[in-house]
Amino acid sequence: MALLEVDNLKKYFPIKKGILSRTVGYVKAVDGVSFSLKRGETLGLVGESGCGKTTVGRSLLRLIEPTEGRINFNGQNLLELDRGEMRKVRASLQIIFQDPFSSLNPRMNVGDIIAEPIRNHLNLPRDEIQNRVVLLMERVGLHTAYMRRYPHEFSGGQRQRIGIARALALNPLAIVCDEPVSALDVSIQAQVINLLAQLQEQMDLSYLFIGHDLSVVEHISDRVAVMYLGRIVETASSEELYANPRHPYSQALLSAVPLPDPDARREKILLPGDVPSPIDPPSGCSFHPRCFARQGICTQEQPLLQDIGGGHQVACHSQ
Amino acid sequence: MMADIPPLLSVENLHTRFDTMDGVVTAVDGIDFEVYAGETLGLVGESGCGKSVTALSILRLLRCPPAAIEGRVLFEGRDLLQMDSDAIRAVRGSEISMIFQEPMTSLNPVLRIGEQIAEGIRVHQRRTRPESWRRAVEMLRKVQIPSPDSRAAQYPHKFSGGMRQRSMIAIALCCGPKLILADEPTTALDVTIQAQIMNLMMRLKEELQTAIVLITHDLGVIAETASRVIVMYAGKIVEEAPVRELFKDPRHPYTQGLLGSVPVIGRRQRSGRRLQEIPGMVPNPLQVPPGCRFNPRCPKAMPVCCSKPPPMIRLAEHRRVSCWLEAEGAKRESSGR
Repeated sequence: MALLEVDNLKKYFPIKKGILSRTVGYVKAVDGVSFSLKRGETLGLVGESGCGKTTVGRSLLRLIEPTEGRINFNGQNLLELDRGEMRKVRASLQIIFQDPFSSLNPRMNVGDIIAEPIRNHLNLPRDEIQNRVVLLMERVGLHTAYMRRYPHEFSGGQRQRIGIARALALNPLAIVCDEPVSALDVSIQAQVINLLAQLQEQMDLSYLFIGHDLSVVEHISDRVAVMYLGRIVETASSEELYANPRHPYSQALLSAVPLPDPDARREKILLPGDVPSPIDPPSGCSFHPRCFARQGICTQEQPLLQDIGGGHQVACHSQ
Repeated sequence: MMADIPPLLSVENLHTRFDTMDGVVTAVDGIDFEVYAGETLGLVGESGCGKSVTALSILRLLRCPPAAIEGRVLFEGRDLLQMDSDAIRAVRGSEISMIFQEPMTSLNPVLRIGEQIAEGIRVHQRRTRPESWRRAVEMLRKVQIPSPDSRAAQYPHKFSGGMRQRSMIAIALCCGPKLILADEPTTALDVTIQAQIMNLMMRLKEELQTAIVLITHDLGVIAETASRVIVMYAGKIVEEAPVRELFKDPRHPYTQGLLGSVPVIGRRQRSGRRLQEIPGMVPNPLQVPPGCRFNPRCPKAMPVCCSKPPPMIRLAEHRRVSCWLEAEGAKRESSGR
């Protein structure tokens, strides 16, 4: 059975205008997303800015309150829990943020940052907490001599390690990784990716890995889901999706990634225009204004995710 | 092939230092390179390696002090560093122009897009207002902005990130420069938009026969567009090579590490999910290590690497490496001790 099962998740942000703050419309950031995550598995969630991938990640922990849907985690429906119960769940469902600069409290030293979740959730004596912090710092490759230092004394890569140590503090089952390496230089990015992979093996962790860099997502994920304007348009195993993308958007996205090989000559699919506004998404398939395989039906009817064999699902009328 | 033609731009022994409260930071430490007419030169390296400061130093866009720029920057034989402020202003935007990374902050939010393009034409080519406006609209059409007539009259906030970067390209190209310094032009953009912008930039470059110095950390972008590449680390050039040679036969351990640490689509071996990593991190610019600056992170470091800076070894034309491994006699010297 899946550890995490998300069913028809929706998040509409109201747009308020005027002195009475009347709701004049909605930003449909996430509009009916469903997926599942098994124990020890990594699901990659890719898409461009504004596709709703970060909102999905935050909705899972209810850092953003979802509008509708069902989130089953470890046998509980998270959307039915009250605040206290939700706090307990967060011990086993953690998150790592993109920006290692703004996600750590600048007034707390590293030891306290990592100890905070342990103090909040477990009633342990001080030296026991101290021991745990030392173990966690060693586990993520931070020198324990740095325990009394503050976040500004660390580089981006090291701060991301602090964030990872904090997320691991309560032995979680799953971690939402929200663009954890996007702000890092390539050589440091490789260190953090390797660390995440190694921790996954040691602790049997599940990751929901949110990213916009397709090469990174392919590298780390077992399965990948491609999002466009609040919906998943295609999902398949990592190998299958990258070898055989079926949705026109996935095809264009993959072809647009520059490969570090001067002899790789591929046909690039250049998509016209920009991503439309999620306030007033196009009718039918929301990708149709930029799609090169558009048919008459695409402007009218919303395509649904359909299995085309081997767990490969595509939401496209041309399939 | 290029040997007989004089370079368009030649940077000689460029040093850029910043006087900070904590001490002097040498952001660019004695670099030399040439750019030839019509070529695309890639300048790669990670944050803080000095690649952006190099571009800003060439056009003297740094406030001095705290910055101090030394060396020679010869553009068609004239030293840009020795020019008076009127002369350098006549070069900027007209003969050499710049495209910045952040299309959000590098456009003036209170000026119409058309005016921002027309300004350069009016100043450098002494055209009248209506004439330069017409040229600006023409430029917007050239960078494929839909309905350029009405778009020219709008302000930057009405434009998407991709359209702002197109407008930046229009500004950079409006006076037909011979050289463009493009500093991470697509880093802030999504991949599909990046593909559009790179495609446009390279097409216009061919059409106008402009040379480009493409500054980026993205090895994929370099592989697809540059003909020659310079790799920088901690303010120094560590390697230069024609693009194919750099990717097929990287000589400097840093270049090798950089190429190995990028995940590449379709190259993951199921057996090992580990990426090659470069241990440690970029040195603090206030305390650069003695000898080769890469030695604390280098898997092949020898005793000599920690004491003496490596010489620049020329292997062929436009092929050089600054590493003791390449230096003849390096082995003898280190084993002799």
